[in-house]
Amino acid sequence: MSNPTVNTNSLGDSETKAGDPIEKIGGATATYVDQRLGSNRFLGRNLGKVFPDHWSFMLGEIALYSFIVVLLTGTYLTLFYNPSMAEVIYDGSYVPLKGVHMSDAYASTLNISFDVRGGLLIRQMHHWAALIFVAAVAVHMFRVFFTGAFRKPREFNWIVGVALTALALGAGFTGYSLPDDLLSGTGLQIIRGILQSIPLVGTWAAFLVFGGEFPGDDIIPRLYSAHILLIPGLILALITVHLMMVWTQKHTQFPGPGRTNDNVVGYPLLPVYMAKAGGFFFVVFGIIALIGGLVTINPIWIFGPYTPDQVTAGTQPDWYIGWLDGALRLMPNWESVIFGFTFSWNVLIPSVIIPGILFTGLALYPFLEAWATGDKREHNLLDRPRNAPVRTGIGVMAIVFYGILWIGGGNDIVATAFDLSINSLSWTLRIMLIIAPPIAFVITKRICLGLQRRDRDKLLHGYESGRVLRLPHGEFIEVHLPLNEKELAVISGKEDLRVLPAPAKADPDGVKNKMYPVQNLRHKLSVFFLGDNIEKPSQAEIDAGQAHAAHGAELEAPLHEYELLDQDPVGHGGVLHHPGMAKTNQEQIDQRQ
Amino acid sequence: MKFLSARRRNPIVALFLLVAALGLTGISYSVVTTAKPAEAAMGSQTQVEEGKKLYLEGCSSCHGMDAEGTLNGPTLIGAGAAAVHFQVATGRMPLAAPGAQAVAKDPIYNVDEIAAMSAYIASLAPGPAIPTAEDLSYEGADQAKGGELFRINCAQCHQAAGGGGALTQGKYAPSLMSATPQEIYEAMVTGPQSMPVFSNETLPISEKQEITAYIMALQDAPSPGGLALGRLGPVVEGLFMWVAVFTALIAAAVWIGIKAR
Repeated sequence: MSNPTVNTNSLGDSETKAGDPIEKIGGATATYVDQRLGSNRFLGRNLGKVFPDHWSFMLGEIALYSFIVVLLTGTYLTLFYNPSMAEVIYDGSYVPLKGVHMSDAYASTLNISFDVRGGLLIRQMHHWAALIFVAAVAVHMFRVFFTGAFRKPREFNWIVGVALTALALGAGFTGYSLPDDLLSGTGLQIIRGILQSIPLVGTWAAFLVFGGEFPGDDIIPRLYSAHILLIPGLILALITVHLMMVWTQKHTQFPGPGRTNDNVVGYPLLPVYMAKAGGFFFVVFGIIALIGGLVTINPIWIFGPYTPDQVTAGTQPDWYIGWLDGALRLMPNWESVIFGFTFSWNVLIPSVIIPGILFTGLALYPFLEAWATGDKREHNLLDRPRNAPVRTGIGVMAIVFYGILWIGGGNDIVATAFDLSINSLSWTLRIMLIIAPPIAFVITKRICLGLQRRDRDKLLHGYESGRVLRLPHGEFIEVHLPLNEKELAVISGKEDLRVLPAPAKADPDGVKNKMYPVQNLRHKLSVFFLGDNIEKPSQAEIDAGQAHAAHGAELEAPLHEYELLDQDPVGHGGVLHHPGMAKTNQEQIDQRQ
Repeated sequence: MKFLSARRRNPIVALFLLVAALGLTGISYSVVTTAKPAEAAMGSQTQVEEGKKLYLEGCSSCHGMDAEGTLNGPTLIGAGAAAVHFQVATGRMPLAAPGAQAVAKDPIYNVDEIAAMSAYIASLAPGPAIPTAEDLSYEGADQAKGGELFRINCAQCHQAAGGGGALTQGKYAPSLMSATPQEIYEAMVTGPQSMPVFSNETLPISEKQEITAYIMALQDAPSPGGLALGRLGPVVEGLFMWVAVFTALIAAAVWIGIKAR
């Protein structure tokens, strides 16, 4: 394996050894292509590009690879799926539905499941891969958020990522609706309700989307073109932008030995990352194929065709829409009529306003944090989550909020599975939705600050070795040892930001400061963000601390003690060293021989 | 005889005897179980008296000395033999403990005792009778039509796959995955607990048989897509994806990440 190299983007000397036939052919091919495309310079510049290494940097890769699986399997499905709401009588091989009236969309999905060779496997792979895609997008986003990778200069890429997340939800939901089974039709019915809850224009918006009354004949073909053309096209375009930005801005890295804000330490794209990424693609593909073949997902033949007069207990969306369904389920039944217009707060708030706030907040967060902390520097080194306690707390708070909504989305399943009353469960979740996130914030922040204190102790005193010594006067001490190079670099990579100064209400000449309220808000926010941070010791203090720990490490339980105990019972703890005595155990052993 | 006695210690004989014994048990069991409902429907006088005795011992503390009902239990006058058979044969009655609803468990009374109690309650006032074998026969019934009827009438509580679902205040619609045709029929005509009554006027016997045929098909249905995950839908699928699949993917990522060092 090659050693990590500091960013040097050259392929090296590409002269071929005369006489080696393979290199000769390769060289000739490269020359042939280069004379027509001019590709050697481009490849030479880029194939040696260095990427940093950490397992969490591969979460985005899971998203990319599962998306590729979704595209491949989805292409196969389009060959057999028929996006039509025309009524047909089923005559396929699934007996319990034989002779039932249904839409062509549902019948063709049944055909894919039972009569197309490999159809069910591909359908299940498509659906599992879609669930994994959205999960990987979410976890990748957590990684970027908690490590502060969204900070300058990568704010735009964060926004692209937020857009990709929204598109992933859209892709998933449109796909969920296509089979036209009982679950997907019920989901569409809810979408129509959400559209109708938009004040003033809701009814017309619903007519526009569904082409008239629900369910109509238009919605499935419309969702189909969105699902297979519009949304995947946008996702592909944005993924390209996303990756190009990573390419030109270079990947962030965690602090470590030799890593600075101005370099990238890692391995070159060719051959190391090509091999790793290629291998990981096949791992992801393999896992998806395995569960696609072994585990049922969305058995639409059991749910039956959609008709608006039917609904099944336990109707659920896929996991990534579950939180919105949960918000709808937990919302109290509020509604008011203002000037003859009905405002359905019970639908509007959970399904339009809350997701609106969450996605807007998500997109704007990098700018809010930069403004509040006054941090305008470029950051190519990542934060450890503990070193930004407020950001980490906000992230955990959002996850807890989301998680409670998510549980709410399955409240009926949870109630039956754990023998609970659905009413008391819903009330518990409502109350928790309000009080649990702030509690999670406080706990997370405290944990982060505790870890910061521990880091400071390690810098000042070394780490606790677990070796306990008794000193001559009877005191017990635990020997501290200096940190190794890597840990020292990681811990001392912490960057301290200063709280912004409090603004003055008026300048010394008594002129009123018109910007005072804004500046004061900013000051307070910076206190909120940075006020409790544990300051990193100065370099001199760190050096002194590590040197002290190194000295402490030399302490040993002396051999003298046991040999001289009969003759020299002075004191009660034995002796460490008398003047003229051998100091270390090794010296004593040497002396005796 | 010599032919038999010469071979009676042959090891294969044990197998023959076992098969014969099992076959005999099976045949007699099926005779007993299919014969019972028809017998119970008649309700001889001794059966009624026997049933009353059992009723007074086991049921009257809640349902009243004359089945007139108390604060703790509804009247059983007019409840019919079918209701008694459903509640007692599924172990829901006698109630083990007060709660949101009666829970199915192993029945406390045997087949004869249940028949006697049914006969007693049926003797008080006319009510839904225990279905005959003819009522229950669903052979040849159109299960696709039954599926449609099931989705219109049953799926909103019992779930499309018959797995059951939550109702208000801790009540629930139970899973139908182990229900017998007789229980299904009796539940429809008597409407136990929160369930509405689907009488033979609103849902003719032929349609009940179609529904039964569909539920039986669901019970026996193989899972063509592999592991069924309880057929509970997207919540369980999401849980499986996060717990099993995504953990495996992250483990793979960590493994590849570690390889670098």
